[in-house]
Amino acid sequence: MSAAQLFQYLISGVATGSVYAIVGIGFTIIYNSTGIINFAQGEFLMLGGMIALSLQAFLPLPLAITGAVAVTGLVGVLVQLVFLSWLRKPGVLRMIIITIGLSILMREAALHVWDEKVHALPYWSGDETSSLAVLGARISPQVAWVLAVSALMVVALTLFFRFTLTGKAMRACASNPAAARLCGIRASWLVSLSFFLAAAMGALAGCVVSPLTQTQYDMGTSLAVKGFTCAVLGGLGNVGAAVAAGILVGVLESASISVLPLAYKDVVALTIMLAILLLRPQGLFAGIGRRRGPLGLAAEKGPEQAGT
Amino acid sequence: MLRRFQGAPLLLFAGLAILAQVALSTLKADFYLTQLTMAAWYTLVALGLCLLMGYAGQVSMGHAGFFAIGGYTAAVISTAGAPAWLSIPAGVVVTAGVALLVGIPVLRLRGHYLAMATLAFGFIVSRIILGTPLFGQADGISDIPAYHLVAGLAITGRRALRVQNYYIAWAVVALGLVLALNLVRSRTGRALRAIHGDEEAAAASGISVARHKLAVFVLSAVYAGLAGACLAHFNGGIGPGEAGIMKSVRYVALVAAGGMANLWGTLTVSAALTFLSLRGAFGLLDDAVFGGLLVAIMLFAPQGVFGLLRRQEKVP
Amino acid sequence: MSEPVLRIRDLHHWFGGLHVISGAAFSCAPAAVTAIIGPNGAGKTTLFNLVAGTFSPVRGSIVFDGKAIQGLPSHRVAALGISRTFQTTRLFPGMSVLENVMVGRHRRARGGFLPDLGGRLFNGREESRMRRACMDILESLGIAGLAEQEARSLPFGRQRLVELARALASEPKLLLLDEPACGLNPSETEEMARRITAVRERGITILIVEHDMSLVMGISDRVVVLSFGSVIAEGTPREVQANDQVVSLYLGAGAGDEGDDREAARA
Repeated sequence: MSAAQLFQYLISGVATGSVYAIVGIGFTIIYNSTGIINFAQGEFLMLGGMIALSLQAFLPLPLAITGAVAVTGLVGVLVQLVFLSWLRKPGVLRMIIITIGLSILMREAALHVWDEKVHALPYWSGDETSSLAVLGARISPQVAWVLAVSALMVVALTLFFRFTLTGKAMRACASNPAAARLCGIRASWLVSLSFFLAAAMGALAGCVVSPLTQTQYDMGTSLAVKGFTCAVLGGLGNVGAAVAAGILVGVLESASISVLPLAYKDVVALTIMLAILLLRPQGLFAGIGRRRGPLGLAAEKGPEQAGT
Repeated sequence: MLRRFQGAPLLLFAGLAILAQVALSTLKADFYLTQLTMAAWYTLVALGLCLLMGYAGQVSMGHAGFFAIGGYTAAVISTAGAPAWLSIPAGVVVTAGVALLVGIPVLRLRGHYLAMATLAFGFIVSRIILGTPLFGQADGISDIPAYHLVAGLAITGRRALRVQNYYIAWAVVALGLVLALNLVRSRTGRALRAIHGDEEAAAASGISVARHKLAVFVLSAVYAGLAGACLAHFNGGIGPGEAGIMKSVRYVALVAAGGMANLWGTLTVSAALTFLSLRGAFGLLDDAVFGGLLVAIMLFAPQGVFGLLRRQEKVP
Repeated sequence: MSEPVLRIRDLHHWFGGLHVISGAAFSCAPAAVTAIIGPNGAGKTTLFNLVAGTFSPVRGSIVFDGKAIQGLPSHRVAALGISRTFQTTRLFPGMSVLENVMVGRHRRARGGFLPDLGGRLFNGREESRMRRACMDILESLGIAGLAEQEARSLPFGRQRLVELARALASEPKLLLLDEPACGLNPSETEEMARRITAVRERGITILIVEHDMSLVMGISDRVVVLSFGSVIAEGTPREVQANDQVVSLYLGAGAGDEGDDREAARA
């Protein structure tokens, strides 16, 4: 394999990896504010793409995407309010099953509102034949968009958590809900906000990656599992670690194509997740730069004690 | 707590099964028997999962994977010219082996992580099936021959043997149910419930938690694998959809709606809903119904449909 | 004394950077009640958990009945003949009193996964034997009438007795009681004291962690005082009470809570 080809695999791996990372970040945000693993996370990407598709029939693309992000964010909040907010001390098993059921419902709703076909948003710039020459490889401009948008989201999120009052309030709530309440921070509103953020970010990621990987009503599940891989690799507490994990998973997945049959590509990420859960459950980056992460929290229970 | 004398419900169950068959055959409507037979095999999976999730408290979001492993093993063996009797036993043994290998590491996990790991397992099985020519990829395996038992009995979809297959299937389910009921009322059953309730206290009582979890995991996988192998022969074919997440979610929904730790509940709900689903009663909303059922049960009636009627509570 | 049932030597354990057990050492004489006392944070429950196998000590030895048990998982420790109760009563939810106690007897019964699948035909005799033995234990504690009730629905004092029954069901050689009087009113505490003494009369060795001084001084044969993870005094209740170090530990600035101080001063 030539250096250019290698680079190509690398770039495409980083691009898909950053999408997985965004899903992983969504998991992390919701987990840190509610302790819930939201299995429906992948569906937010699907919804973003689908809604944008519908909107762009009569709106220019940027507006369609903005609309899709806003609507999906609201859907996230709605899901939280309608299904989750009023549960008092639900058991872990119950929560898992509820969010899985919700992801199925969202999936099926999408199937009936749209259809089962594969769709794709138009390229944000250029089309499927255009390419940029970077270091001897040819990559699609959409890949550049994916990288740029993902990086922007991560930076914005980090700044939000670090420097805005609301962001700091969310961190406070996540690390010590009782104390936060005593300071006058209303947790319930922040929980809704965390769902909004996770959903909106997912939607935007879904829109930017749609021209490359297409959008289909059932794409959520595999994204959720791979995104969870990133979240866990990052120890469920650290946005930066989730990003690094995403890139790692994406690149490994991309590289695997040269060794394994294409159909097994999905298996790579999953096997990584299983390996991590079983061998190093606290995440790859536990202890490294944890304090620097925006949420900067240790996951309070590891995989082998959680759920009691 | 289960009533001591299980004989009465079993007789009732047998009676209903016989009644249904006689009625349908008399009304010349015994094509319904085919769906009822399929429902039986799917119910067997749910029973095994009930033991695992309801009693031992271990979530498995990938149980369809075991069903598929059993089914595909039987399918490959019976279409590859091996000795005919080998297919179903091989399906069971291979499923048990995989469950053992997967269970040992995975059962160390808890809660979300166990759910995700089992989800990943089901996903991996499904992808491997889709990607491997030996398993027929997207087309699955068809032309699976009948499986001959003793004395002219055979597991097959042939119209002439419909009644026979109906009874074979439900007899196996009855046997599975009896074994499960026995287990639950025994020392092992108490140990499982103790593990579900408080693992540390269970260990302090001398129970080897890991070993028990693994045993019930493998048993529930065997139920699923056997069902898969038998259904493969009954349908004469098997497809990759059997390993998918939708199927896994279905099984969980059935167990949850039945009341989690309620074998009879699971049996009833599973038989009814699976039959309706196979008849097409839910139409295009089939998957949505099961997803919705799951959400509704977990939100409003975590003790299951029958739990609403019962006084006693079983902790989910 | 004759060969001690439990011997702890040079035990060390850390949680993160905190040296919670530092060189603890003591023994438990057979058929005697040994009590571990000490201010909050002294490491009493950690010590318990180390003996019971919940944690594995970083260094040191725990010898039970001649066997080294440090590092063994809790179900192995239980199988060797050590039973325990918990500070917050941890009965199994959704199970009756009798079922809870029968779980306690898990190791004593013969059988296995396969016979259990077979049902009464295979395990019937063993099941009724188990039942009878467990009912006997409930009777000896005076709570046989509660056998079929859901364990967690009972008042707290009764739940404690059920947990004691569960621990006794395995016919242990060593019984670890973690604050058995915690949450009990004075008359319940007296009843608990009587029950514990009765257990000792049956030849079972008892190691108890407790804050309630009247209970400790009333029923213990030996008292071990723990402070900052190591033993600072050991002896009969009277000896320990007279020990200056112990007195200052409880009456000194901030080491114990007021209730203990008053009790210690009064006892």
